[in-house]
Amino acid sequence: MNKAEPLVSRYSHEDYKSTVKPIWCPGCGHFGVETSLFRALAYLELPPEQVAIISGIGCSSRIPAYTQCYGFHGVHGRAPAVATGLKLARPELTVIVTSGDGDAFSIGGNHFIHACRRNVDMTLLVMDNEVYGMTKGQPSPTSPADWDSKIAPGGTGFSPFASLAVALASGANFIARGFSGDPNGVARLLVEAIQHPGFSFVQVLSPCVTYRPEERFWKKTVHPSSVESTNDPAVAGHRLLSDDGFTTGVFYVGNRPCYSATVDTSNHDLRAIEEDLAL
Amino acid sequence: MNVPCSQTQATSIAIMGSGGAGAITTGSLLLEAAGQAGWYGLLTRSVGPQIRGGEALAMVRLAPTPVTGHGDRYDVLVALDWHNAGRFIAEIPLNDKSLIFADAEGGDPPSAILATGAHLIPLPFTDLADELPNARPNLLALGMLSELLGIPMDDTVQAVVRALSGKGLSVTHATDALAAGGQLATTFPDTQRLAPPSPRDTGTHWLVTGNQAAALGALRGGIRFAAVYPITPATDLSEWLALRLQKLGGHLIQAEDEIASMNMVLGASFGGIPSMTITSGPGLALMTETLGLAVAAEIPSVVVNVMRGGPSTGIPTKSEQSDLNIALYGLHGDAPHLVLAAQSVTDCLVTTQWAVQLSETLQCPAIVLSDQFMGQALTVCERPAPLPDGPPRRIAEVGAARYDRYALTEDGISPMAIPGALGGQYTADGLEHNAHGTPSSSAADHLLQLDKRRLKLEQYDYGKAWAEIDGEGETAVLTWGSTTAAVLEAAAQARTAGLAVKVIALRLLSPTRPEHMTLALQGIQRVLVVEQSHSAQFHHFLRAHYTLPDRVEVISRPGPLPIRPGEVLNHLLQEIDHE
Amino acid sequence: MNQTISTLDAFLAHAHELEREAVERYEDLAGQMEVHNKPELAELFRKMAAIEQQHVDKVEGLAGGEPRTLAPWDYQWQDPESPESIPVGQGHYRMNPYQALSLVLACEERAEAFFANVAENADDPAVRESALQFAAEEREHAELLKVWLARYPEPKAEWWQDLDDPVSQE
Ligand SMILES: Cc1ncc(C[n+]2csc(CCOP(=O)(O)OP(=O)(O)O)c2C)c(N)n1
Ligand code: SF4
Ligand SMILES: [Mg+2]
Repeated sequence: MNKAEPLVSRYSHEDYKSTVKPIWCPGCGHFGVETSLFRALAYLELPPEQVAIISGIGCSSRIPAYTQCYGFHGVHGRAPAVATGLKLARPELTVIVTSGDGDAFSIGGNHFIHACRRNVDMTLLVMDNEVYGMTKGQPSPTSPADWDSKIAPGGTGFSPFASLAVALASGANFIARGFSGDPNGVARLLVEAIQHPGFSFVQVLSPCVTYRPEERFWKKTVHPSSVESTNDPAVAGHRLLSDDGFTTGVFYVGNRPCYSATVDTSNHDLRAIEEDLAL
Repeated sequence: MNVPCSQTQATSIAIMGSGGAGAITTGSLLLEAAGQAGWYGLLTRSVGPQIRGGEALAMVRLAPTPVTGHGDRYDVLVALDWHNAGRFIAEIPLNDKSLIFADAEGGDPPSAILATGAHLIPLPFTDLADELPNARPNLLALGMLSELLGIPMDDTVQAVVRALSGKGLSVTHATDALAAGGQLATTFPDTQRLAPPSPRDTGTHWLVTGNQAAALGALRGGIRFAAVYPITPATDLSEWLALRLQKLGGHLIQAEDEIASMNMVLGASFGGIPSMTITSGPGLALMTETLGLAVAAEIPSVVVNVMRGGPSTGIPTKSEQSDLNIALYGLHGDAPHLVLAAQSVTDCLVTTQWAVQLSETLQCPAIVLSDQFMGQALTVCERPAPLPDGPPRRIAEVGAARYDRYALTEDGISPMAIPGALGGQYTADGLEHNAHGTPSSSAADHLLQLDKRRLKLEQYDYGKAWAEIDGEGETAVLTWGSTTAAVLEAAAQARTAGLAVKVIALRLLSPTRPEHMTLALQGIQRVLVVEQSHSAQFHHFLRAHYTLPDRVEVISRPGPLPIRPGEVLNHLLQEIDHE
Repeated sequence: MNQTISTLDAFLAHAHELEREAVERYEDLAGQMEVHNKPELAELFRKMAAIEQQHVDKVEGLAGGEPRTLAPWDYQWQDPESPESIPVGQGHYRMNPYQALSLVLACEERAEAFFANVAENADDPAVRESALQFAAEEREHAELLKVWLARYPEPKAEWWQDLDDPVSQE
């Protein structure tokens, strides 16, 4: 966090918040994530017009319109691909993907893996509530196997998806977990994630008070990591696989090679290319 | 349009052989040599299912005038060997005027070939090649063809040297092998000589495939970003484009799947860069949800879909016009969008460039339908003239004033803000929205935005390019895509036979142009619809959107066999006889 | 945790952020109540936002302008969130004024405790004095709120119940 003192930000919360009011249930963890996002952007003094917030579908994916940044509310699960196209085409923009556990890990699972692998400079923020909020409480890839629901009475019987470990194995360059009830902690993770080159993945445990009211007690369950982050994937991997899923903090800060591109539209001279075709 | 009125002067040559025989190389060298010497021509291929080393057939048609399709019959068949030749019989119509030159070492011809009455001439390609250093039977066959057809041997040598120089073949060896092959032909009658070409300037002609032409059209239109997933027969377009985009300062990325490709395209285009993807049927199916998003969020984007036999994996290496329905109707909801179809190899360029322009102007996704036949056909053609620039993407001038991304304007087109511009911040949304872009489920906003998105497509003046119209008469043939070549040729022959025929080949399939069609069909008593689809997709499309005269006949066959001019001509003339 | 805020500058920065975040959260809650058709509660939270905004202005007056801001995570709050903000998870669309005021009251009490704690641990007399003043003011608010609260009936048991199912979207 290299920032010159004194810390007077030119930007505040109001510069990032739009007049569109969230449709979320009061009490939803996503409100806390929204706050964290604004605080992180303000801290980084990023002009809102230089930031693009890209999302898929879900309660969590509604965030773009609630911001004053450029936003893209696309189709379910595909936001990492949209963000990749945008970042390759416009590398100077700050690109942030906001997603949910269903959006990012289920329908978008393949894009999640390949976005980690490509390691294009962007931040993926997944609001994980271990449920499909938007469609009324179906199990998501991160729901416990025995979580009872209408669509899977008695539980799905599937083990939950270890998103951070998958991200690590897939090539993400920054991996962290936060809790929406600690907006300043999440803001800090987001600042680091945005600043770190390459693909950064931040999972934020974000209670769904409507379909998983018991998640309100996550505030008692989460605990900060007692160790420093590592750049050794083997160490991070061991830690992630033996973690209870409620440790918050930065797990991995890598220096894996990033994929980048530049797109220049100024050259219209096709002569050399057309010449190749001449008989 | 670059389409022949008559192809009576064309010569068709088929070259077949099994793995390693080099049939396709022989065909393309022949085409290149002929092109160099002033002829026009077309080469398509048919291959076995093997990944490498399978039997292959090169079909070449040469003429003094531009060639866009194949004829009804092959004048010459060269068999480098007969292994598994039965696979290709249906693709090489022969008759008693056809000559077959077969390598004497290549085994026995299938009886079905002999049954055509074609004249079989065994030649010692292999034996002669064995006697020469560094010679291969196919080079002897090429020399023979060059001599037989009257293509100057110098041009053939040049083509060979250029193509094979990297592969360790010396000019002397190549010249010797071609000369030895040529020697074989000196004993045959002159009946197969090509009609002489008209003189032309150097550098005015291209050797190009439809897929390359489409890529070039995209570049001419301003595409600078592409995201793709490999699929036959579209991959060679992507591969050709990748390096050219790089040279121009653009970028092509291979995505994890077609859904990602299409979404990357939207991301890049949202960022202000004209962007495209390239696919074939199964990939297009995966893209349809995102195409709906492009319609709703009004993001310019181009998909070139090179059709192959479907459904499912179908016949990936062969052509069919059966993705028309999915291109037109595959999107969910009421989602007006652009669908354009190329009509020939060179038209792949024109149509793709136009599609990019329209997509950018109208802020709407455009699907360009090409097919395996055009996409992978190699042709010698005139260099297509560039299209005049279309109106560019309308960019919003933003600042302190409130910006409404989806403002209702007179022509339905609302200026687009590009990320980075202060004051233009908005959220591109697939949710229905109001003029500002805020999600809305109100009936009024839904109707207003649906109307807006339809209006912008319908009000636009597409000019004459919506269709190619050729000839006059009371009979009209309606067609689209690569079958246009056969239809134009049949129409020309019908006119010679005394039947006045008008051809209407649609390039703009969506939005429809009912008024233009009504005008084009004025005075038409009889319509023949020609398409390469088992379920007559084009015919049903015409029925749904246009008023046709009472008398409508249909030729609708599935691929992979091409529709040939004779089939259309027979239909046109037979039906007259019935009257 | 004991607050060790050693300079007046740092103290004003904390006071400013605390009030500013309170405004932010009350505005958010007002918006949520509007979306959920609770105009009475929306008005209540707006009013609270306006009151806290006066405090923001007051701190700015004392500091002679906007005090310097710290990184969000560098403020020394006792909880994950600043004391005068209703924690994110505590909103509910079936909330009634009694509950809303209870949440507000809890904020005032936390703020009072925060300032009292700062005063107790301050070495700098200027910080102590200022913190004591702020604490007194928060206590005053808390007392007023208790009176206000007494005007509303306590909610019935199971007040959160809704006979209608939530709605599936998208
Ligand atoms: C292609 C497609 N399939 C299904 C849906 C329905 N759908 C909308 S949101 C959603 C799940 C969202 O869950 P999550 O990403 O966890 O977000 P949350 O609502 O929990 O924040 C589903 C299945 C859809 N919109 N599109
Ligand atoms: S359903 Fe759950 S995730 Fe969605 S807004 Fe409500 S609390 Fe949040
Ligand atoms: Mg979820």
